[in-house]
Amino acid sequence: MNGMRRRLFLWSGAGLALLVASVVASVSLGSANISIGQVWKILLHQLPVVGDGVRVDWPGPSEQIILKVRLPRVVLAVLIGAALSVAGAGFQGVLRNPLADPYTLGVASGASVGAAFLILFGLQYALIGSWSVPLAAFCTGIATLWIVYRLAQMQGKLKMETLILSGVVMQAFLGAAVSFMVSLSTNVVNDILFWIMGSLTMRGWTYSLLLFPYLAAGMAVLYGYARALNLFALGERQAAHLGVHVERTKLIVLAASTLLTAAAVSVTGVIGFVGLIVPHMVRLLVGPDYRMILPLSAVAGAIYLIWADTLARMLLSPTEIPLGVVTAFLGAPFFAYLLQKQKRTFRG
Amino acid sequence: MAIVVAEHVDKRFPDGAGRSRKVLDDVGFTVRKGETVGIIGPNGSGKSTLLRLISGVETASGGRVLLKGKEAAAYPRKQLARWLAVLQQDALPPIGFTVREVIGMGRYPYQNWLGDEREDPSALIESVMERLGLTALADRTLERLSGGERQRVALGKVMVQEPELLLLDEPTTFLDIGYQVQMMDYIRDWQRESGLTVVAVLHDLNLAAQYCDRIIVLHEGRKVREGTPADVIESDLIASVYGTRPIVLPHPVSLAPQILLTPGDHSRNAHQPAIFSANSHERG
Repeated sequence: MNGMRRRLFLWSGAGLALLVASVVASVSLGSANISIGQVWKILLHQLPVVGDGVRVDWPGPSEQIILKVRLPRVVLAVLIGAALSVAGAGFQGVLRNPLADPYTLGVASGASVGAAFLILFGLQYALIGSWSVPLAAFCTGIATLWIVYRLAQMQGKLKMETLILSGVVMQAFLGAAVSFMVSLSTNVVNDILFWIMGSLTMRGWTYSLLLFPYLAAGMAVLYGYARALNLFALGERQAAHLGVHVERTKLIVLAASTLLTAAAVSVTGVIGFVGLIVPHMVRLLVGPDYRMILPLSAVAGAIYLIWADTLARMLLSPTEIPLGVVTAFLGAPFFAYLLQKQKRTFRG
Repeated sequence: MAIVVAEHVDKRFPDGAGRSRKVLDDVGFTVRKGETVGIIGPNGSGKSTLLRLISGVETASGGRVLLKGKEAAAYPRKQLARWLAVLQQDALPPIGFTVREVIGMGRYPYQNWLGDEREDPSALIESVMERLGLTALADRTLERLSGGERQRVALGKVMVQEPELLLLDEPTTFLDIGYQVQMMDYIRDWQRESGLTVVAVLHDLNLAAQYCDRIIVLHEGRKVREGTPADVIESDLIASVYGTRPIVLPHPVSLAPQILLTPGDHSRNAHQPAIFSANSHERG
């Protein structure tokens, strides 16, 4: 028990150090040439107490670029990466399906329908102000999950491959629905690309602030169910015999994972496969314990998305590749590999 | 004291055609503290369903099952799991948790939301592993164990749960005879030490006769007999329930009645088609 806590402490310490390094490295990469040393100084300067000791020896525009353009983008990458990865881990744990992820289950596309609808038709502040979009995304995301679940259920049994098949079908359908809505609205084709392939461009600090409470709440709830998810690995009935409320746990974990997805999607569009790759890598490193997997997926997902986004904006600079393209290039082959591996285990 | 009281228990399942099929019909019995009660019957007789009703994962359609005087639903789930444990036939999947971690999961009902207990359970976990000969395997993952070893881990997990009532659902089905006897002996020794009450659904009549104080026979959802192994394991009853007439002999050492099967003697199929369709549901 305490061994687990020590391990978690060590791993997350190392992970956070790597995360900070990634943030600084990513912030110093860009078309305007700012050295990594200067980036460190500009960032340290912002900290209370420590910051006062840093002598200002950089041009004003550099500070503007770092603090107003690059840093918010990287911070958003951190939040989105963490949200999608933790959501993926949640889905995988409760469905006992290593192929489950907000994207392959269709939940991300479902959430994008709700978000896109409000934004494209100018309703984003209707009803409850700036909370409207994530909430609408949550509702359509949950509805999608329910439909996928029902589609996959045959005679009361849930088959793993069927679930992913229904998810992919829904995802294709809902992607088309979003494209259709974009064509109806007065916006340009670029917006379609944004909703289907995701992007972190032109998102200031406000979006991160908007996201943060959803992410914090979703992650806290999921972490509270980490031990129950461990028992799910033994089978649902075993978990029930050990005193887990199986149905309640499923409902809450699915809802919290959908909430994380919805919050992420309503700000950045659909970024696929993050929740598939990251928890799997974490599992390879630290084993099957969800008390480790959930927090470390958050850290690893943040690092992963920082670098995926850095790749997206640097590879063909100054042209930017949609982030979802990068994650799909990395994620789809990985999905194929997992599918193959799964097939082997099932055929013996 | 009565640990389990079943009163006029009925259970119906929808049969898909808009009607319902009765799987249990007016079953009643009492289990007292410290007893080992076996439930036997052919496939589809409702015995696994009955066990699920006792464990509280399913509820009766009629009548009621009382656990220490209250229905299972009246207990908070964790509180129930502190004195009622279930060992299933298809014990544990081949997962990446180690033997020690899986056995430790048996403590879940005692943990608070942070995963802590009032007292450190690690001494208990180690002693259970020692007793079941799992110490050498403690850091191995379940993926790397044989089926028999995994079933022993499942028993270990149930033991650290420290229940007063243990429900066994054909725990020896997938084990070879050496492991079958070993498993039943572990359970019997544990029972003698701790005053455990055991209700066991058993497939193997010879094991049931050797290890149970009392046996309940189910046939087509009804209780057709209840009594000591000597009362129950007799040729006429077995023939009428299972459709094959065995030879019953006393065990040369324990004197428990044992059956010998006679090839070529079977009389069911023709008049009992419903049993086979019921089977798929029971195992589900």
